Amino acid sequence: MSNVSLTTAIPMLLKAVPRSRNFEAVLLFWVAGIHAFALAQVQLAVLQKMSWDMLFFWAPPAITAAIVHYILRKHAVGADGLMLPLAYLLNGLGIAMIYRLDLAEAARGGIEIYADRQVWLSCFAMIVAAAVVRLVPNHLVLRRYPYLAGAMAVFLLILPAAPVIGKTINGATLWVGVGELSFQPGEVAKILLAIFFAGYLVSKKDTLSEIGSRLLFMKVPRAKDLGPILLFWAASLGVLVLQRDLGTSILYFGLFLVMIYTATGRAFYVGAGLTMMVTGALVASRVFDYVGRRFDAWLDPFSAENYNAAGGSYQLVQALFGMANGDVIGTGLGGGFPQLIPLAESDFILAAMGEELGLAGLFAILAVYLLLVYRGLRIANSHPDDFSRLLSIGLSFVIGLQLFVVSAGVMGLLPMTGLTTPFMAAGGSSLVANWVIIALLLRISDSSFKRVEA
Amino acid sequence: MNKQVRRVGLALTAMFLALFAMASSIQVLRSGDLYKDSRNVRASYETYKTQRGAILVDGVPVVESVPVNDAYRFNREYESVLYSPVIGYFSLFSGAAGIEYEMNSYLSGQSSAQFFEQINALLDGKPVTGAAVELTIDPDVQRAAWDALGNRKGAVVAIEPATGRILAMVSKPTFDANLLAAHLYGPVTDADKTYIEDEDDPLINRAIAGDLYHPGSTFKLVVAAAALESGQYTATSELENLQRYRLPRTFSFVENSSGKTCGPGETVTLEFALIKSCNVPFAMLAVALGEQRIRAQAELMGFGSELVIPLPVTPSIYPENLEDSQVALTGFGQFDVRVSPLQMAMVSASIANQGVLMRPQLVDLIVASNLNVLSQPEPEVFSSPMSKLTAGFLTRMMVDSVNSGAASKAQIEGVAVAGKTGTAENGINDPYTLWFTGFAPAEAPRVAVAVVVEDGGGAGQNGTGNQIAAPIARLVIEAVLKK
Repeated sequence: MSNVSLTTAIPMLLKAVPRSRNFEAVLLFWVAGIHAFALAQVQLAVLQKMSWDMLFFWAPPAITAAIVHYILRKHAVGADGLMLPLAYLLNGLGIAMIYRLDLAEAARGGIEIYADRQVWLSCFAMIVAAAVVRLVPNHLVLRRYPYLAGAMAVFLLILPAAPVIGKTINGATLWVGVGELSFQPGEVAKILLAIFFAGYLVSKKDTLSEIGSRLLFMKVPRAKDLGPILLFWAASLGVLVLQRDLGTSILYFGLFLVMIYTATGRAFYVGAGLTMMVTGALVASRVFDYVGRRFDAWLDPFSAENYNAAGGSYQLVQALFGMANGDVIGTGLGGGFPQLIPLAESDFILAAMGEELGLAGLFAILAVYLLLVYRGLRIANSHPDDFSRLLSIGLSFVIGLQLFVVSAGVMGLLPMTGLTTPFMAAGGSSLVANWVIIALLLRISDSSFKRVEA
Repeated sequence: MNKQVRRVGLALTAMFLALFAMASSIQVLRSGDLYKDSRNVRASYETYKTQRGAILVDGVPVVESVPVNDAYRFNREYESVLYSPVIGYFSLFSGAAGIEYEMNSYLSGQSSAQFFEQINALLDGKPVTGAAVELTIDPDVQRAAWDALGNRKGAVVAIEPATGRILAMVSKPTFDANLLAAHLYGPVTDADKTYIEDEDDPLINRAIAGDLYHPGSTFKLVVAAAALESGQYTATSELENLQRYRLPRTFSFVENSSGKTCGPGETVTLEFALIKSCNVPFAMLAVALGEQRIRAQAELMGFGSELVIPLPVTPSIYPENLEDSQVALTGFGQFDVRVSPLQMAMVSASIANQGVLMRPQLVDLIVASNLNVLSQPEPEVFSSPMSKLTAGFLTRMMVDSVNSGAASKAQIEGVAVAGKTGTAENGINDPYTLWFTGFAPAEAPRVAVAVVVEDGGGAGQNGTGNQIAAPIARLVIEAVLKK
């Protein structure tokens, strides 16, 4: 599909993507340093001394990141050189913040400790990522089973609503759990959905984009080609009803819209989809009171009624207080009171970052996410194969959109949702899913390099 | 497809820009309002998190922030209720008062004088440590005043006349600041509620900030000073000596407390009238001097001034636009003359310091945690309300008043004590307010005191300033002289 000649493509691609593994190694050193520095600052500020405990929160993720780097050197030497350091940076900062919140929790006699688990889960997630890079030598195998991926995604999405194993936490039914172990299947489902959409759209994109009549300034597809979008709209509303979570619904529908738009180039899908999404959300806010409450809390968080209501705006208002306390340069890690924000270690970790690292730190973190997403889009832009392009745009967009929906909820820009902050929030499903996304993107970028070389 | 990828990239950029904008709005534009929201406990946590400076008396901490293992990190511990009216309290849930409130910027390390410490703290990541505030209070004098006042409601103030340093300031009943500074919401608010609902207002420092009192006969010092300063009177000027004085244009009469004339004879000297504290001559003298002269004298001595020592002092009042009958009543400190105990101590101090009134001061020194002196208030002249000669005359009269007159209970063997009592009426059946103000030793004064006892010291209308207030003052003066 690319009509750029091979000879011009090679230098363009090499210029566009820093692929050097040595470059990646240097960055990893820096990031490991930032990770250690953040942990040291936490200890100095909260405990007034440094202890060897720090090593536990630093060494395992740092070593595992080095292992991933080694695997890339061996098996994906042409992969993007920025993604691994950026993802590890976010992961490391998240560990430092969770450790800091644990220390505050311990100081007031609490027992809910997350940092130890987060360290092992991060290592596990990175090992899974390394395994994906190692064991999936060619991501194009994924193209063969789009419907299987779609079916699995649907199964995973429905799972939390199943009796016995389904769990509702904070009003959202996003978890399945057996005993102590709980798992958020939606996180894995987003990868499967991206694979499904990419496979499906690659085969259908000509039909969806070419045929149709012109209405006003847009090309309107045939009614039967509207099927998929309507089906998916209904499905995401189903998710909203079953899982009681607006964020998840927005995430999947947004992923779908971006992928169908990329595949077809038709703005019609985006316009119609956004209209349907907003309409659906508004109707839901009227019909379902758990959605309505979230809307109320969002529209007027400071009213006493919403503030005091169960599931009201207390958490959001505390998050805003925390961020306001951080001001421009922040209180420094360990210097603020992020422990006052409920769920600061997971959903609201960005508010905790905003408080202790300030607006400057929050900008930096958001910029790191944005850079990470840009790298993904870069891969999409430069890959010669349509399936790979669609898959990488879907995977990178889903990280960007999820981060946007979560942050917008934390800042009061959108109603609160149950999505997690990629790479930072405490929680294994999210870590594993997002590291697998990184692994897939790395694999795709390596393959584009190989194509260019071949 | 590249066009679409670029557009998706632009859409994502726009979404992130929205986040940047929202974060800027929260953390910069709205941060002040959010920080001040009453539901935001961070502000109070923040002040608690810095190790607040101690408050010292004679070099020894009487209030300290002690590290504890909870979210507030430090517990404010008050050594004794003796200092409660002066020091006040610093509470998470009930605000702050007293020195704790007025000196908060220093104690919490946030004052502009501690700028470099704040920068250092920012660099090494440790919170700023607050500065210590040393008070002028002398612990022995404070203890003597506290003990002497006993269980009575009232206040005692002792000032060093030459410097204005406040040596003692007691107000009773008072409160236990430890109850208000605890970290548990329930008990603290309960204690606060109990104190607020208490009719005796234990949270109020009566020495400076109570409802003000009628000064009674102690105000005669002001009237006498006005007379001497007018140039029309001397200590031996003869005043008419009536048994009863009909207030101008009324059918009411003023009598001396004895009910008789002020000694034998047609006339009485100003000196004698003050020593014996006769009301009739002073009522007539006040009318003769007129409202303006008396107020001018009173204001030179601090009436009407908003003093900050650095606790704010309720200004004492000499009323305005009076009928002559009312001026007559003010001549012996009745009608709407209202004073704080500190004000009456200042009247004595100005006489003691030969007519120069020093500005009263409670803070001796403010020292940063690195031992830099941040502030050391110098003695400062407040006003010169009378000539040295007038002060000399008044001193002699007050000494005689103690030696042979109405203030005899303040006598100390071998020391010339100058004093003036007062027994102020409050209402037909209400108990009297009992006063003593004076200084000692008369020839080289080291302390000026004012004592007020409310509710007649428990003796209804039978107690007098001499019986109840003067002995308290004596104990305070003795405590100073012992040093």
